[in-house]
Amino acid sequence: MSNTNRAVEKLQGKYDSAILDVKQDRGDWIVTVKKEYLVDVLTFLKQECKFDMLTDVTALDYLDKAEDRFVMVYQLTSVPFKDRLRIKAPVAEADVTIDSATQVYASANWLEREVYDLFGIIFKKHPDLRRILMTPDWEGHPLRKDYPLQGPGREPYKGRLS
Amino acid sequence: MANNEIMTINMGPQHPSTHGVLRMVIELDGETILKIDPDIGYLHRGVEKLSEHRTYHQTLPLTDRLDYLAPMSNNLGYILAVEKLLGIEPPERAQTIRIIMTELTRLQSHLVWLACHALDIGAMTVFIYAFREREAVMETYELISGARMTSNFFRAGGLSQDVPPEFEKKVRDFVNDMPGYIDTYEGLLTANPIWLKRTVGNGVISAEDATDIGITGPALRGSGVDFDLRRDITYAGYDSYKFEIPVGKECDTFDRYKVRLIEMRESCKIVNQALDRLKPGPVLADVPQVCYPPKDSVYNSIEGLIHHFKIASEGYKVPEGEVYMGIEAPKGELGFYIVSDGSSKPYRMRIRPPSFVNLQAIEKMAKGSMVADLVAIIGTLDIVLGEIDR
Repeated sequence: MSNTNRAVEKLQGKYDSAILDVKQDRGDWIVTVKKEYLVDVLTFLKQECKFDMLTDVTALDYLDKAEDRFVMVYQLTSVPFKDRLRIKAPVAEADVTIDSATQVYASANWLEREVYDLFGIIFKKHPDLRRILMTPDWEGHPLRKDYPLQGPGREPYKGRLS
Repeated sequence: MANNEIMTINMGPQHPSTHGVLRMVIELDGETILKIDPDIGYLHRGVEKLSEHRTYHQTLPLTDRLDYLAPMSNNLGYILAVEKLLGIEPPERAQTIRIIMTELTRLQSHLVWLACHALDIGAMTVFIYAFREREAVMETYELISGARMTSNFFRAGGLSQDVPPEFEKKVRDFVNDMPGYIDTYEGLLTANPIWLKRTVGNGVISAEDATDIGITGPALRGSGVDFDLRRDITYAGYDSYKFEIPVGKECDTFDRYKVRLIEMRESCKIVNQALDRLKPGPVLADVPQVCYPPKDSVYNSIEGLIHHFKIASEGYKVPEGEVYMGIEAPKGELGFYIVSDGSSKPYRMRIRPPSFVNLQAIEKMAKGSMVADLVAIIGTLDIVLGEIDR
């Protein structure tokens, strides 16, 4: 496990003002950027650092636990360099929008639709932002922490014997 | 109907070639596909949401039900992510049995793929043969875990129990016979003019497009990208095994078929190497705060009983942090991204299913081809709706 990462160093040189935090957790490199710079950072990483595959897009909901409620998480993989990088971008509840990564990676299309469906984060300039797993007329976003496990308007499940 | 009219038709969700409950709305000009809009979510069970309300141990059985054709691979991906969070390693014997079982899982998943793919295109005999061989893997599953599909066999720190003595011989016989069976399938298909007509030049996707869309696994390698997580971002001790990684050239359905068949042969080699290394020893790490005590101690000592009860009722606490663990599942990269807040339940567990991302490519691959070829394209992508919808 090294203390430096080829891409993180380049990124710090180019987008120092956009980076909120850099850390290493159990060998994984994690860079948190401001959401306004997300597309620029992803474009830079794809073109200059050969992170040619966007493996996963997902979100985290820190209800009442962090200043910005949502955090977008992007897992990047480099096929030629055989390494990974994780990019995070906080999204505040007051403005649940972020620029779509579809302009940079085609794989973001369905992955972002899923995040929109389950977390309610709106992706600006997404070509086809519709629900994907839930039905089109579904209300609410199931993976939000304030969405009840058993669905809205139902008594909580208390176990088989109650 | 006028000749130049564009027709919108519905395919699925109950259609034999959709491998589950995939529905597609297809726009056709005659028989040529202009646009496809896959409609998924019929099998959505909310596994990610459920996991936030269950302990790490209780989440494990949910992973069996993602890709139900490769339950052990799902178990492995999840368990490796949890082990990475906990910072523990399984003993050597457990490591080796894990490799044997995940490679057998790859074999059986590819067998089902081959069977259904061939059946979809009209080759029925292969289906019967492949399911016969798959039965041997299912029996091995039953032998070691008691279940044929939902194995739930791996544990954080090792395995739920050791394998019975007859395991080694059964697996050895199977992987020694398997290359001969693969020759049979190849004899039926590889030079078969009908098979070639249906697969060569069908569903072409360039290496660049495939990477951009995020295709992983055999489908990516069929497009000529030499990338396999077992070798390139290695895990579970795969770096100590010798195996070849087949890569296609023509980016079409036939090359993906060849890649998968060679992969099956390589899996047999890996299993053989692993069997050579299998030595007696513990199958569960000595980490009492995470691992269940041996059954003998649970039944015969009060300490063992309390220990068992504590882990069963409270679960084990996992240190704060976040990890992403991607493994080479039979269908592509299966990733588990787990965020822990230090409690015994995941704060968030994200499953990155290979089929979900691979299915995205269907529009690009099928545009402009005949509607009958779509069936071959669904088959070659090797999707399972259980993990797409989660």
